[in-house]
Amino acid sequence: MFDTIAAISTPLGEGGIGIVRISGKEALLVADRVCRLKKGESVFNISSHTINYGFVIDPATNSRIDEALVSVMLGPRTYTGEDVVEINCHGGIVPLRKVLDTVLANGAVLAEEGEFTKRAFLNGRLDLAQAEAVIDIIRSRTEKGMDLAVSQLAGYLSSEVNDLRDEVLELLAFIEASIDFPEEDIEELGIEEIKKRISQVGRGVERLLEGSKKGRIYREGIRMVIAGRPNVGKSSLLNALMKEKRAIVTDIPGTTRDVIEELINIKGIPIRIVDTAGIRTTSDLVERIGVEKTLEYLERADLVLMVLDSEVGVTSEDMEIIGNLGGKPVVFVLNKIDVKNPVIFQKDLDGLVKGRPLVEISATLEIGLSQLEEVLAEMILGGQVHAQEQGMVTRLRHVESLRKAARHLEQALEGCFLGIAPDLLSVDLRGAWEALGEITGDTTSEDVLDRIFAEFCIGK
Amino acid sequence: MRYKAGSYDIVVIGAGHAGCEAGLAGARMGCKTLLITLSLDNVALMPCNPAVGGPAKGHLVREVDALGGEIGINTDKTLIQMRLLNTGKGPAVHALRAQTDKRVYQMEMTKTIESQEKLTVKQGMVEEVLVDEKGVAGVVTQTGAVFRCRAVVIATGTYLKGRIIIGNIMYDGGPNGQFPSIGLAASLKSLGLNLFRFKTGTPPRVDRRTVDFSRMTIQPGDPNPLPFSFMTDRLERPHVPCWLTYTNERTHTVIKENLHRSPLYSGLIEGVGPRYCPSIEDKIVRFGDKEAHQIFVEPEGLLTYEMYVQGMSTSLPEDVQLQMLRTIKGMENVEIMRPGYAIEYEVVDATQLKPSLETKVCPGLFTAGQLNGTSGYEEAAAQGIIAGINAARYCQGQDPVILKRSEAYIGVLIDDLVTKGTREPYRMMTSRAEYRLLLRQDNADLRLTALGHRIGLASEARYQRLIAKKERIKQELERLQKTVVSPTDELAIMVLEKKGSSQLKGPANLGDLLRRPELSYEDIARISPSTEPLPREVEAQVEIQLKYEGYITRQLAQVERFEKIEERALPQDIDYGQIRGLSKEAQQKLAAIRPVSVGQAGRISGVSPADVNVLLIYLEQRRRERG
Repeated sequence: MFDTIAAISTPLGEGGIGIVRISGKEALLVADRVCRLKKGESVFNISSHTINYGFVIDPATNSRIDEALVSVMLGPRTYTGEDVVEINCHGGIVPLRKVLDTVLANGAVLAEEGEFTKRAFLNGRLDLAQAEAVIDIIRSRTEKGMDLAVSQLAGYLSSEVNDLRDEVLELLAFIEASIDFPEEDIEELGIEEIKKRISQVGRGVERLLEGSKKGRIYREGIRMVIAGRPNVGKSSLLNALMKEKRAIVTDIPGTTRDVIEELINIKGIPIRIVDTAGIRTTSDLVERIGVEKTLEYLERADLVLMVLDSEVGVTSEDMEIIGNLGGKPVVFVLNKIDVKNPVIFQKDLDGLVKGRPLVEISATLEIGLSQLEEVLAEMILGGQVHAQEQGMVTRLRHVESLRKAARHLEQALEGCFLGIAPDLLSVDLRGAWEALGEITGDTTSEDVLDRIFAEFCIGK
Repeated sequence: MRYKAGSYDIVVIGAGHAGCEAGLAGARMGCKTLLITLSLDNVALMPCNPAVGGPAKGHLVREVDALGGEIGINTDKTLIQMRLLNTGKGPAVHALRAQTDKRVYQMEMTKTIESQEKLTVKQGMVEEVLVDEKGVAGVVTQTGAVFRCRAVVIATGTYLKGRIIIGNIMYDGGPNGQFPSIGLAASLKSLGLNLFRFKTGTPPRVDRRTVDFSRMTIQPGDPNPLPFSFMTDRLERPHVPCWLTYTNERTHTVIKENLHRSPLYSGLIEGVGPRYCPSIEDKIVRFGDKEAHQIFVEPEGLLTYEMYVQGMSTSLPEDVQLQMLRTIKGMENVEIMRPGYAIEYEVVDATQLKPSLETKVCPGLFTAGQLNGTSGYEEAAAQGIIAGINAARYCQGQDPVILKRSEAYIGVLIDDLVTKGTREPYRMMTSRAEYRLLLRQDNADLRLTALGHRIGLASEARYQRLIAKKERIKQELERLQKTVVSPTDELAIMVLEKKGSSQLKGPANLGDLLRRPELSYEDIARISPSTEPLPREVEAQVEIQLKYEGYITRQLAQVERFEKIEERALPQDIDYGQIRGLSKEAQQKLAAIRPVSVGQAGRISGVSPADVNVLLIYLEQRRRERG
């Protein structure tokens, strides 16, 4: 509540300009570190409520990130009632994220959902009638949709983070046990062993951070693949789903240029749709390639929408794709139910569907879409779908926590070389352990004690 | 027949380590206080190990002392060995631990409480707490004495429905052949306190004349021991050693062969025991691959042959105890003087307490010590002094004294208890304190003595010592920052070379030199001594403050954030069920615990950060609505 916070305050992917908003006691200080204004002016010196031209730079490398218009608004006459700096930069998700990222690396922390509004209220900038709305915003993020989506997202990461965390915990247990039970004959780790272990964990954290830079950085959501033969209506389905849910659409090409990924929001759950429709442009001659590509994407999907065509019926190509679904969570979609002479009906598909969900729709007439959304939400919230992605950090908050952990580990290691006492070493190790815990969502000091008692025979 | 036996401000029930501190604190703060105990021969009894202190526990002793309590002074008067533990592990975790002469400890404490002005000491068994519409009104003893009072501190230790278990033998009783307290438990229940059962144990005591110490390793005390109390200038006590030996395969075989006779495994014991204080049979079962366990043999005093066998806590039958002891090196011919036993007792659900240690069920009723689910003399004393202080403040119509987690181990202890409760006997450990670097044993007086003095507990003499110490620290810090050493200074060159520290490239002040990890205050003093010789504690303070400045500053920043949210008070009349946006679980937990601040609310399990935000919004709403 007392940190300086920052977030992107414009809807992602909309329009040509995006704003990174910073609010709090140190808003100006943070902005001053990352902004180079024309005429070499300091952010501290520009007048309140004016707009100033300049650049956002990364102070670590001194490289330019984006052109920017910077406005400073001194509290209390601001949205939050605190000092606020807004950095307007060229929209586009990538530069915007990069700017935010730099701001976060320079002293701000990522704002929680609804945090600007919450501060506005607490600082008397919103009237009483708006209190309820503020609570709704705060609450919405913990309501099952978002939270579950987030916790599922963490799933892919959590095993790796948990492993690292466990290593830190073990180190802590050794150190704390020797401090709290100095007269027990418990094994003590030598300083060389401690250094070795800290570096190991440090490398692990770095590896995760590296991964976050490459892969599908900062992307969120369950990965859903729309599968099916060409012409079954995959693109129309995508468009139909997108039409209503334009909230967080992005247009960043995926790892393969042929595939477009879209981020949609169904009942509060971020879902990334991998649209294999793009493949078809390779031409009708090589439809074969299309199918192969689809199979490749199926591999990496968390959830599959298997689209069938009620006008054509089930073909051998369909069967090939279905045969490759393995144990993946799947929703069958029988499209084009609006055509005059359907050749298959829901009842014909029992043998194929084998109890899995089937929804009849018409993508073009937008029939059955809400039912499809219901089914999707139910599967995801019911825990049948899990994001998989190995070792790829997708959420900015996770990157933040990893960075914090990395800093603590560095300090711990440095401390080892300086020969600091265990009580100090433990401060940084605990810091790293807590930072990693922010990702997995648990940090209680009882864990250390539990570990000590499980590991060592202690007692008088 | 009931009769009117007198009228007091405060009645303290129990004269163990909690009760004595509570009684002394109440009286010293000016309240007419009655301390009532089952047996005047057992004041400040140490039914378990003959030692005070250790990591975190030693910190608690120093804090109680800094506030104006007695445990530190009494230990200094009666100790027979003192050690500073953890010397290689950083100043935050340095910890004093004393071996005491048990009997003398009791006698000294008895003398202190008996001579305390405004404190009356009586023997008796309290059976009932009387209440009226305002809260506590008095207590009634088994013999019919009715003492009127406004506040009661219950510090009955392990006596509440105590039950002793040795093998398959079981009887109602307190420790050391004492009576249990049965009637009071019913009275507490009828007042609305929830009670549940804990278990703890103690090892056998052996006759030192039957121990062969030549087959054990000697464990001497420190040659230049430091005292516990900030008021003790010099320790003038004889020092005697402890002895170290080990269990072996034969010991373990005896235990394994007799496990079926252990009440722990036969189901006779229902209470929950502490993980950090397992019985020897528990250790053998849980850590089967460990070949030997340490056994410390500690004197129980100078006037007795009894020796305490630390590490052998057990509830196995007496014949098995003897058999297993005799497998141990140096104890081949040992004789037991008192067998080890397990004790089960009733404890109060500490989440029914406020951070002041007043119960939520009855105004003026306080509980402290082992009754609240802790273990250890030090934890008991820490709660005793706070309960005593707050009983006095209650009588005087003043706000309670609540120490924050950032201020004292006592604060951590009580906050843990009242916020989270405890499922096993709670022992203080340094790893429970998140601001450990600030809560050092060396600065307990700097943290707490001014408070103790302000509330009328710490004496003027103690306060003047603090002022003088502070001034000396300040002056010495200034001197070190101001005194510049030139690179050609011969003494400096010599000291730096000797210490393997790099030579100066330009002038540097003494403070910067002291910040080098390889240099100590002693080295700095060799380069440039202070004008007058400084007390050891001042030197230590200066060294710690400079050397750990970076880390200390970091923790202070954390504390600042912590305290901001801690200061957001939660009114006690909040109807949590009516706050929209709180999760069901949070509503229930908050209604049950009724935290005093938003900070405390956030530490309750089941209250999420989103719930904390909702509380903040709610508070602001309420503030504006009530203008």
